[in-house]
Amino acid sequence: MHELAIAQSIFEIVRSVVPAEQAGDVRAVRVRVGRLSGVVADSLEFCFSVIVADTPLRGAGIVIEAVPTVSECKDCFHRFTVEDLAFLCPSCGSANIVLVSGTELQVAEVELLDNPVEVT
Amino acid sequence: MSVITIERKVLEKNDEIARQNRALCQQRGIFVLNVVSSPGAGKTSILERTLEELGESLKVSVIEGDVQTDFDAQRVARYKVPVVQIVTNGGCHLEARLVQDAMARMNLEGTQLLVIENVGNLVCPANFDLGEAMKVVVMSTTEGDDKPLKYPGMFRNASVLIINKIDLVPYLNSDLATLRRNALQINPALKVFETSCTTKAGISEWCAWLKEQCMKA
Repeated sequence: MHELAIAQSIFEIVRSVVPAEQAGDVRAVRVRVGRLSGVVADSLEFCFSVIVADTPLRGAGIVIEAVPTVSECKDCFHRFTVEDLAFLCPSCGSANIVLVSGTELQVAEVELLDNPVEVT
Repeated sequence: MSVITIERKVLEKNDEIARQNRALCQQRGIFVLNVVSSPGAGKTSILERTLEELGESLKVSVIEGDVQTDFDAQRVARYKVPVVQIVTNGGCHLEARLVQDAMARMNLEGTQLLVIENVGNLVCPANFDLGEAMKVVVMSTTEGDDKPLKYPGMFRNASVLIINKIDLVPYLNSDLATLRRNALQINPALKVFETSCTTKAGISEWCAWLKEQCMKA
């Protein structure tokens, strides 16, 4: 249920970035979520919908971009996607590897409806 | 559609406070542990055994995190160490702000080791940096030897694994070698200890290592 705290943080970041008069135009909030971040997509979407319900951002939904767990071997420099959570280099068997991606939890961007052209 | 690029970490506020906590403790030479586990793995019992062993030679302070009650703080207070209980009222994890507030309520003068006992939960606390020097994950043999594979985020983030309740192994289907193998598959750098708070097996090895870390801080 930490998704609620995470959804609240996303909400605050969007509110701080998007000018108040455009908040009602936000349709999508793109969030990058690493496979190892322990965040449940459905839960995050649900929590965000609850938080925005009575706010100017109520038209906005979360769009999640799942980031794969990628590692690099420090011995042979082989870069690979970690499957089945085996943190060993599939090329040389070394355990001396570093995580390149997979723990991300970032607000990437928001998409807004273009303001209708004012008729003069 | 128009787009506004944001590119900000979701938990940037928490991370910033965690950075402040870490800087404060490093400046004062306090070694900080964030102890995590599922409920009932034995975090508080290990802390009690640790205080019995190190309480005389090391100045320890404790922050307890629980969903409800101050039972754990009462248990720890028997060892005459400064302790603050954080009650999260349903919250499933501690956040850096709660720890910062707790630290402000404590007299940390002379403290060499600050133990933060997180809420019993192997999922949520993994995301929230508290400002610790390292995470210690405790798991008990009764939880099954496949646990590290089920909760990889936490085992990946931890520096130390304490396998507790090893006295119960003869009565269980779980196998210590398999458990170790599974944990090291997720995180080959894990430092592993095997303990029993009932027989006190492994406690002195853990305490000796811990004391060494505190001296380096």
